[in-house]
Amino acid sequence: MISKSRLHIPKPTARPGEEPDFSYLELSPAGSVDKPSIDARTRDIEFLANDLVRVLDESNEAKGPWDPKLDANDLQVALRWMMLNRAFDQRMWQIQRQGRISFYVEAKGEEAVAVGQGLALRPGDMCFPSYRQQGLYLLRGEKLVDLMCQCLSNTKDMCLGRQLPVMYHSKKGNVFSISGNLGTQYPHAVGWAMASAIKGEDHIAASWVGDGSTAEADFHHALTFAAVYQAPVILNVVNNQWAISTFQGTAGGERRAFAARGLGLGIPGIRVDGNDLLAVYAVTLWAADRARRGGGPTLIELVTYRGGAHSTSDDPSKYRPKDEWDAFPLGDPIARLRDHLIAEGQWSDAKHESLENELRDEVTAAWKEAQKYGTMTEGPWLDPASMFDDVYADTPRNLESQRRRMLEVMGDE
Amino acid sequence: MAQMNMIEAIRSAHDVMMDRDDSVVVLGEDVGYFGGVFRCTDGLQRKFGEHRVIDAPIAEGGIIGAAIGMGVNGLRPVAEIQFADYIYPGFDQIVSELGRLRYRSAGEFFSPVTIRTPCGGGIRGGQTHSQSPEALFAHVSGIKTVMPSNPYDAKGLLIAAIESDDPVVFFEPKRIYNGPFDGDPDKPAVSWAAHPKGEVPEGYYTVPIGEAEVAQPGEELTIITYGTLVHIAIAAAKETGVDCEVIDVRTMAPLDVKTLTDSVKKTGRCMIAHEATRFAGYGAELAATVQKDCFYHLEAPISRVAGWDTPYPHAFEWQYFPGLKRMKAGIRRVMEAE
Repeated sequence: MISKSRLHIPKPTARPGEEPDFSYLELSPAGSVDKPSIDARTRDIEFLANDLVRVLDESNEAKGPWDPKLDANDLQVALRWMMLNRAFDQRMWQIQRQGRISFYVEAKGEEAVAVGQGLALRPGDMCFPSYRQQGLYLLRGEKLVDLMCQCLSNTKDMCLGRQLPVMYHSKKGNVFSISGNLGTQYPHAVGWAMASAIKGEDHIAASWVGDGSTAEADFHHALTFAAVYQAPVILNVVNNQWAISTFQGTAGGERRAFAARGLGLGIPGIRVDGNDLLAVYAVTLWAADRARRGGGPTLIELVTYRGGAHSTSDDPSKYRPKDEWDAFPLGDPIARLRDHLIAEGQWSDAKHESLENELRDEVTAAWKEAQKYGTMTEGPWLDPASMFDDVYADTPRNLESQRRRMLEVMGDE
Repeated sequence: MAQMNMIEAIRSAHDVMMDRDDSVVVLGEDVGYFGGVFRCTDGLQRKFGEHRVIDAPIAEGGIIGAAIGMGVNGLRPVAEIQFADYIYPGFDQIVSELGRLRYRSAGEFFSPVTIRTPCGGGIRGGQTHSQSPEALFAHVSGIKTVMPSNPYDAKGLLIAAIESDDPVVFFEPKRIYNGPFDGDPDKPAVSWAAHPKGEVPEGYYTVPIGEAEVAQPGEELTIITYGTLVHIAIAAAKETGVDCEVIDVRTMAPLDVKTLTDSVKKTGRCMIAHEATRFAGYGAELAATVQKDCFYHLEAPISRVAGWDTPYPHAFEWQYFPGLKRMKAGIRRVMEAE
């Protein structure tokens, strides 16, 4: 019994050297959660925010009403994108460790989020990602070499040397510019979706934040605006359990699922197995249909695990068990889709290995090409005078004069 | 031409732009059905519909954040923040997002948001309805910062702001919404009717962003100021008998340096006046700029008249506010200095 006030400090279930413990994660059996109609009232489908939508079961079979019934070819395409995402990340991580780029963020273990959701959206839908959905840029037509050039800040860098590695943008692919500040993109997605509705278009917006960033004011602003105006937007929380060293409980995840954050505003929430590509695809399609037909926003919590460090600047062995990912009950999204396809007779270990090799070669070739446009130590170089461009639509007098001054003092070598 | 006060001029700017360009939308607290607490958007929702003049929840960060997203999707949002004192919950969205979007995406994305917000004191508004935070915004790259001092400029600058592909923070000195103010709170209020800048064209015109104006020519002392204090400076000059050239900065960023320095080179003396607190205020930038270009023309140190470095007090407003008395004292001090 509680008899006096107390300060509760959330604590993860395991620290380094301790046995990983995911007993706090509430799971539902694959196929067990109902799939309501897209025009269901939020109050009638609150279970979606508490249960866990899963399609793939322990024996790698697709089960239940959320099975999107994708054909084998579509699933192989999805697998390929996830594997490319991982191969790209692995190489860029090594490259950072060799000191050849300054920083990197990998999506290891979370590839089904960007790939599964990206495939469920239409090309005209606008994505406002955080920095761990690089899969969206790949899916939407950014070439590996162009992403690498961004990470190198070289002469072909889409950001012209102005952004940290991984802060990509893709105007043609309808993927927004990554800020690096957390959660700021959430209200942008809602505003974009409101504009789509104002213009009478049927494009929707989607945005992503991590579990940690749900504590930011922007998260709550976005939910309020999305609910008030019934904006056609999908708001995703990638709950990968960790925000750098901060356990998801410190963001407020101990007593209620992040998917339930919108219920108080009348926004339906769906908690989904984020490592089950079929389930991720299915819930995203449901939310997209609902938004497109005037049903308003949906909040999706993707339950996953950050398989790697937060970034190349982080060392997770300092704050969580080294083998925690191995113990994560929802496994690895790539292995799960692979095993499903194999169980269906549509894939094999040999094909998988051969695709891994092919993608590794693709990444290697892209890296070779990227370096031609300049590296951190070898030219060609971006023109430093360009740092004064794009602050405004037209460069004002004071910046022109600073550009001249910079060149006088620093030379124009 | 029509007689307009600043509120009517601002409303007219919205009206003209919403007529000309379907992508212009307005959002903010109380702006729609009610027409704004200062009435600047009165009638717009009736005329243009609730999809274009949108009442927003009380969440300034959400208003600005959503406006940015709308701008990215091809709209031209005008966001009203009810008082400049309430803008801070949206500060990160302005500084980190709105101001840098074009830069960080190498010109691929931008959002042409105009943020209008009433600022300044002299209305018995206490510390939450009287602030002048323009320096905070002028300091941020990628943002244009504007503050008109009369109805004509308000309409022309607001139209220019809405048309600008750059984000603009547009400060409206609310003390002079209904009429110019000479800085003496004991005198009866006057309307814009008798002021030449209360004559405002009914249709479309612009006042360019980035150009200061000589509000009153003079030979002995340059007073660089903006907003409400333009009128107080002119009144103080008259009462002291000093032949002051009063420069209305109008745009804090980008700053029109030449108009300022041409004047100081001519007069040899410079006083800077703003309502905002003095320390690290916008006047410090003006003083640094003027001394660099006019050092050998200066006959006296550059002087500043500004709000004291305290929060804006309620009961001691007229001891705090740089009104007529403080402005006259400032003029005498800089004229006596050698």
